[in-house]
Amino acid sequence: MRLPILTGAAVLGLAAFASGPAIAADALTVVSWGGAFTKSQLEAYHKPYTAKYGTKIQSEDYNGGLAEVRAQVETGKITWDVVDVEVSEGVRGCDEGLFEPIDTSSLLPAPDGTPAVDDFIPGSVIECAVATIVWSTVFAYDADVMTGAKPTTLKDFFDVKKFPGKRGLRKTPVVNMEWALIADGVARDDVYDVLSTKAGQDRAFKKLDSIKDHVLWWEAGAQPPQMLADGEVLMTSAYNGRIFNAQATENKNFNIVWDNQLFAFDYYAIVKGTKRKDEALRYLQFATATEQLAAQASWISYGPTRKSSAGMVGKHAISGVDMKPHMPTDPKNFKTALLNNSDFWADNQDELNERFNAWLAK
Amino acid sequence: MTVDAGTAPSGPILAADGTPLKVSLRKAQRVRKLRAFALVLPLLAFVLITFILPIVDMLFRSVDNPVVARNLPITLNVLKEWDGTGTPDETAYAAIAKELVEARENKEMGKVATRLNFETSGMRSLIGKSVRKIRRLKEGPYKEALIKIDKRWANTEIWSTIKRIGAPYTHVQYLAALDMKTQPDGSVGMQPEDRQIYGQIFMRTLWISLLVTGFCLLLAYPVSYLLATLPLRYSNLLMVMVLLPFWTSLLVRTTSWIVLLQRNGVVNDLLVWVGIVGEDGRIQMIYNQTGTLVAMTQILLPFMILPLYSVMKTISPSYMRAARSLGAKPATAFVRVYMPQTAAGVGAGCLLVFILSIGYYITPALVGGQSGTMISNFIAYHMKSSLNWSLAAALGTILLAAVLVLYWLYNKIVGIDNMKLG
Repeated sequence: MRLPILTGAAVLGLAAFASGPAIAADALTVVSWGGAFTKSQLEAYHKPYTAKYGTKIQSEDYNGGLAEVRAQVETGKITWDVVDVEVSEGVRGCDEGLFEPIDTSSLLPAPDGTPAVDDFIPGSVIECAVATIVWSTVFAYDADVMTGAKPTTLKDFFDVKKFPGKRGLRKTPVVNMEWALIADGVARDDVYDVLSTKAGQDRAFKKLDSIKDHVLWWEAGAQPPQMLADGEVLMTSAYNGRIFNAQATENKNFNIVWDNQLFAFDYYAIVKGTKRKDEALRYLQFATATEQLAAQASWISYGPTRKSSAGMVGKHAISGVDMKPHMPTDPKNFKTALLNNSDFWADNQDELNERFNAWLAK
Repeated sequence: MTVDAGTAPSGPILAADGTPLKVSLRKAQRVRKLRAFALVLPLLAFVLITFILPIVDMLFRSVDNPVVARNLPITLNVLKEWDGTGTPDETAYAAIAKELVEARENKEMGKVATRLNFETSGMRSLIGKSVRKIRRLKEGPYKEALIKIDKRWANTEIWSTIKRIGAPYTHVQYLAALDMKTQPDGSVGMQPEDRQIYGQIFMRTLWISLLVTGFCLLLAYPVSYLLATLPLRYSNLLMVMVLLPFWTSLLVRTTSWIVLLQRNGVVNDLLVWVGIVGEDGRIQMIYNQTGTLVAMTQILLPFMILPLYSVMKTISPSYMRAARSLGAKPATAFVRVYMPQTAAGVGAGCLLVFILSIGYYITPALVGGQSGTMISNFIAYHMKSSLNWSLAAALGTILLAAVLVLYWLYNKIVGIDNMKLG
């Protein structure tokens, strides 16, 4: 038995006392990661959508995870309509009934008439979510600070003798485990096989041990460029778009090392039970159309997920820099890229997170 | 002694309107009580709704475990007969196959898989994969078919996990919160070394809270003494300086510490400029335990100063003068006469700071790095990221119990009546 009345009363009470800013009933709430990334969505999706259909879009920020969505669906007080999620949340939210399934045939075809299913890169359309961008975790350094020899490979990141100084890493086992194994000599294609074994996990943690005392851990995507700018770290893992943003709009002399970049998709999903489901679906169809995806790539260096958008990627809207060489999918950058294995992480995330946290606390 | 029977009341004392005074008094009191109750009712309701009920709900969530019991009732019923060795027979396999497919249709499968995955990792993929395939099976034998789909279905551990997590109310979250788990053979033991975490974090939380309380006391005592003894116009200025940060946003204060303490921050720059440390020897003062201690001490300082000040303000200077005139040295007079009189304020301040810091969240999250994070950061992690709300509730309950025990100890040793908050 649960306590629906108690919880309901508590939620009502809280809502009455601490209700947030009033949101216009007809506005569509789109939730994303904030910063330069939300800005790109604002320019490429929200503004044109409002111009075309007249519906206002309320943009909110969050830090990932399904906690808020689950709380909203469980209490039935749904205020978010569309959420930008990572793949593991997209899959898990779908399994737990937190997101509406999306009929792939309802997505808009490419301008040349190719149906959406064929136009999207494999893996970018899943049961309850449609990907808008290809993003990548890379590592970067400030060329103004690093005046001597420059790191060029992932091995250099783990080499504290050759490059003494602090490193920034995201406070999660994802990416760090893969990188540790690759730096330890595991072939890129075998990473997830090795990581599925206890011995492989031990090996990854052992490699991470070798730099543990030199690591500062970050959590929000806006932190790594800040840490580089402050001189807090010598090099840091980061989302490639954030580093690009600092290069292009803040004139930072940051360099990205694309070696063994770990790329993934980011998806739009519709929260189950929202009153504005039709509107949300129309927005999602609009945002994932060829031109909009291409337009977003002129605001931040994340690649579009449609093949038909790739050719339309042009110059950065603010600085006028040509965007193509900054895309994770550019052939020059993509040579040693590894796709984040969402199945592996869906299965092992809980266990590895626990072990990672215990390892951190030691 | 004689009594005049005519004037002495023989019955109960009567009020002016003729009702017995006792009744009339009680009535008046009842009305007053009702009025008092009506006055506090809004606050009472507020506390009940926003404080008591959520706590009750939290306690409940930490043992509530409905997902598997609700979705696999037949399987669990069959498993009751299973002795926990080897694998169960065909009926169990048939039941779970049927119920998992049903759960998938009701969009409940993900919840079942998630819940089981918390306990034994790999269950999520096992269930997801199996359900996708068994939907195509028209009839049994399911045992063979399931083991063919994935040989893990032949593991005893998978089934004992399902049986254990099938209980609608469970203490497994408390075991997890204390770094323990149920072994495959059913006994309770510690987690493997590389998975133990919460015990250490609880100890660290207590340690950091103790240190913060100690630092606050050391820093606050002289300031409060000055506040209480300086002439009014100086002490008012000093008071404003104490209260100004108190009124400033917590986040602003925490982030200012980041600016001050970081590697290229004000303090390090100063040290390098003075020549105490070299350019390469810049000290790491933030994103570790030091950062947490410094920032929390500064933020919680007013909570120590204010009770101390309010107690010191009431201590008459004549006691010290009397001690001096009786021949005590200033230090002796201070320690033996003045300090004992501030005990009530010290007790109140320490308890306040300690209890506030034991549940501190945002400051350790921002400046704590890996060695300065506290238990509330892990509670937040389980609320927001792992979505294991039951474990978060269990950790929260243990924290609450720890605070209550400490409060009880404090009451035993110092006595809560000796506390003075202002």
